[in-house]
Amino acid sequence: MFTSTTRGVIALGAVLGLATLTGCADDTPAASADDGTGPVSVKATDSACDLSRRDVKSGTSTFSVSNGGSKVTEFYVYAEGDRVMGEVENIGPGLKRDLIVELPTGKYQAVCKPGMVGDGIRGDLTVAGGAAAQVDEDTLLKQATDSYQRYVNSQAVALEQKTTEFVTAVKAGDVAKAKALFPVSRTYWERIEPVAESFGDLDPKIDARVNDVEPGTEWTGYHRIEQALWVSNTTKGMEKYADQLLTDVKTVVAKAKVVKLNPLQLANGAKELLDEVATGKITGEEDRYSHTDLYDFQANVEGSQAAVQALRPALQARDAALVTSLDTNFKAVFAAVDKYREGDGFKPYQVSEAEKKELSRVVDGLAEPVSKVAGVIAKK
Amino acid sequence: MTEGKGISRRGLFGAAGAAVATGVAGYAAHSVLTGEESQAADNTGPVEFHGPHQAGIVTPVQDRLHFAAFDVTTTKRDDLIALLTEWTAAAALMTAGRDIGQYGAVNGPDEAPPEDTGEAIGLPPARLTLTIGFGPSLFDQRFGLAAKRPKALVDLPHFIGDDLDPNRSGGDIAVQACSDDPQVAVHAIRNLARIGFGRVAVRYSQLGFGRTSSTSKAQATPRNLFGFKDGTNNLKLEDTDKLEQQLWVQPEDGPDWMVGGSYLVSRRIRMNIEIWDRTSLGEQETIIGRGKGTGAPLGKADEFDAIDFAAKTSDGEPKVPMDSHVRLAHPQFNKGAELLRRGYNFVDGSDGLGRLDAGLFFLAYQRDPRKQFIPIQNQLARSDTMNEYIHHVGSGIFACPAGVTPGTYWGEKLFT
Repeated sequence: MFTSTTRGVIALGAVLGLATLTGCADDTPAASADDGTGPVSVKATDSACDLSRRDVKSGTSTFSVSNGGSKVTEFYVYAEGDRVMGEVENIGPGLKRDLIVELPTGKYQAVCKPGMVGDGIRGDLTVAGGAAAQVDEDTLLKQATDSYQRYVNSQAVALEQKTTEFVTAVKAGDVAKAKALFPVSRTYWERIEPVAESFGDLDPKIDARVNDVEPGTEWTGYHRIEQALWVSNTTKGMEKYADQLLTDVKTVVAKAKVVKLNPLQLANGAKELLDEVATGKITGEEDRYSHTDLYDFQANVEGSQAAVQALRPALQARDAALVTSLDTNFKAVFAAVDKYREGDGFKPYQVSEAEKKELSRVVDGLAEPVSKVAGVIAKK
Repeated sequence: MTEGKGISRRGLFGAAGAAVATGVAGYAAHSVLTGEESQAADNTGPVEFHGPHQAGIVTPVQDRLHFAAFDVTTTKRDDLIALLTEWTAAAALMTAGRDIGQYGAVNGPDEAPPEDTGEAIGLPPARLTLTIGFGPSLFDQRFGLAAKRPKALVDLPHFIGDDLDPNRSGGDIAVQACSDDPQVAVHAIRNLARIGFGRVAVRYSQLGFGRTSSTSKAQATPRNLFGFKDGTNNLKLEDTDKLEQQLWVQPEDGPDWMVGGSYLVSRRIRMNIEIWDRTSLGEQETIIGRGKGTGAPLGKADEFDAIDFAAKTSDGEPKVPMDSHVRLAHPQFNKGAELLRRGYNFVDGSDGLGRLDAGLFFLAYQRDPRKQFIPIQNQLARSDTMNEYIHHVGSGIFACPAGVTPGTYWGEKLFT
C-alpha cells in the first residue's frame, strides 16, 4: 500500500487544464486542429498501424484512430525513451477515437498496441515547422507533471471501462469472460497504483489480499472475486462484491482525474511501482489464485516508465548518464518479462526459483537508478 | 546431574581433576539488581541465574541471541517435569560459565560422548541468560495443564498483513538465550536441545547478531537494520515503578504460578532491506518519526527529547506524521501501554531471490498482552507506513514464570 510518498501532498479539487483530449469520434466530428492540415488518420489492425501521413506541423495535431482489428488496441505518441506525449486507451474493435496532442518540433514514434501488450507496432513521426523550443527547467518540470497527469487520466478512464466490463461479466455469471477480463482491468489499476493508492482507504477495499484484512472487516475487491473465480470456478455470491468494486473504482477514477502531482511525486511513484513488483509480483503473492501476476508486473513497470520518461527532458539536462542507465534497464526488464508472453497475455506465473531470481535481478537493476531520479529532480 | 557441580570452562585444562569445581556460588555475590547495573560495563562476567524474576528480561540487553521454540514430544507429565529439572540444572551451570554434566566436555570416559558439547571451552560466561516461557499449546490435555492456562496467554489474533509461517511460529516451550558472545548463546541452546531429545524437539530457532534496544539507561541505544536507533523509549530496569505496572505479573492478575513472571511475544519481522535502501532519507525519517543521525524526534535536537506530537511544519502538517511509527507505537496513543523490548537484528543469509533474509527478531515482555502488545500491534498493522517495508513471518506468545530459587526448577509452581 502506497500511502507514504504522496502523504499530505496531493491536493484535490483543481481540474487539470488538459492539453490532450480524447473522445469518441462518432459523437462530433473532431474540429480541425489549426491551419487546415486536418487530422492524421490511423488505421489500426491486429498487425498494422498505418498513418495517413508521418509528417505533421508543430503545434496541435489530431490523430483519428480507427480499430479495424479483432483486438482492443491502444495508440501512443512517444518521444525519445517512450516518453508518452499522448495516448488513447481501450479502443475496441470497430471503434474510432481521436487523440488531440500538442507536439513540439522533433522526432517521435506513433505506436499501436493491439491486444494492449508489448512494444506495439511502431513507426516514425516527424514534427516540423516551429523553432525547436528552448525551455527553462521549471517549464520542463511543469511539462513533466502535465504529461504524466494526462497519462493518469487516460489510464483512469480505461480502468473504469474495463472494470465495468469485468463486473458485468461477473454479474452475468460468465466465469470464462470474467477470468479473461480480470488481469486486463487490473492492468490500468497497476499502471497508476501509487496515485490510486494515495486515496486512503479505497486501496484496501479494492486491492487487499486475504491476509491484508483485519478480523471483523469484510474482504472485498478484485482478489475476493479472483478467489471465487479460480478456486471455486464460480461467480456465485460475488455480485455484491462486483458492485462494490465498481463503485470504489469509480471513486478512485474521479479522484485520479483531478489529482495534482509534483515532479517529486512522479519520481517517487516510479520507484514505488518497482517496489511493488519486487515485493508482491515476483513472489507471486499478488494474484495467488489466478497466477496472472505477470500482467501486473508488466503494468507496474509500464507505469513506472511513464512517470520516469515524463521527467526525461529535465533529467537529460541534469544527469544524462542516469537517463542512459534508465533506458538500458527498462529495456532489460521488458525483455525479461517478454519471455513469458503467450498469445496476447502472459503465461501463468508458475515459474522456477531460478526464473524468479532472474526477474528479481533485472528489477533490482532497474530500481536502483529509478530510486536516484528523485534526488536529481530535487537538486536546485 | 545436580546444581553446584560442573566444570569451569576457564582453567579447565589446569584443573585436571575437575571435581574441584565450586559451582555457581562464587559468582553469585551480588543481588540481582545491583548485579545487573554493574554488569552493563562488564561483558564477560556471569549474570545470576536465580532470583525473584527470571534473568534475561530486565538484564541489560546482551549483544547476541539464540532463541529456540520446542514442541514437547513426550506425552508423560513426569517426563516433562524431569526435563525441566535437568534443564534448570544445566542452565544454572552454563550461565555461570561452566560445562554441563559431571565430567563436562573433555574429562569424561573416552568411550562416551562428552556430556558438554565443548564449543564454549575457554569462553567466559559472557553474561549468558536463559529465560523460559510456556506457549498456549502446552496447556492442552496432554499434561493436565488446561486449567492452569493464564487468561492473558491468549492466542494472538491475525494482524493485518500477517504472513506467518507455521514452521516459524508457536511452540510449547521457548528458551531465550542471550549473551555477549554468540558462541556462548549457541552452546546453551545446543546443549538444552540435546538434553531434550526424545522429550522435546526444536520447532524452530533464531539467531540474532545485534541487539536492537536497551533495557538500561547505562546502555547506548543501538540501531536496527533500517539504520535507525531503536528502543529509545523502551522500558528500562531503572524504571522500577513502571516495571511493576507494565512488566511483571502482579498477585491480582493471577494465576499464582505466573506472579512475578511476564509474557513474551516474539515476532520474526522480515525487512525488505533492498527496497528500504532505495528510499529517500526524508521518507525514511518520516516513516520512523525520528532523525536518522541523532535519533531525535522530528523537530527536536536530542534523542531523548520528548516527542512533540502537536508540532506542525510550515505547511500545517504534523512534524511527526500521523502514520509514523513512533506516533502509532507511543504510549500516549495506546492507553499508556508500554513494552519491554529486547529484540535482535538477524540476517539468515539470503533468500532465493538473492536478497538478504534479514530483519528484526522482535521480543517484547509485558504484564498482559491483551492490553499491551495486541492493541499496539493492531494499530501498527492498520496504519504504520513502515508496513510497506516489513512483513511479519513468525510469531509466538509465551508465559514466562517468575524466577527460580535454588533447589527448584523452571516453572515448578505450574506443576504443583
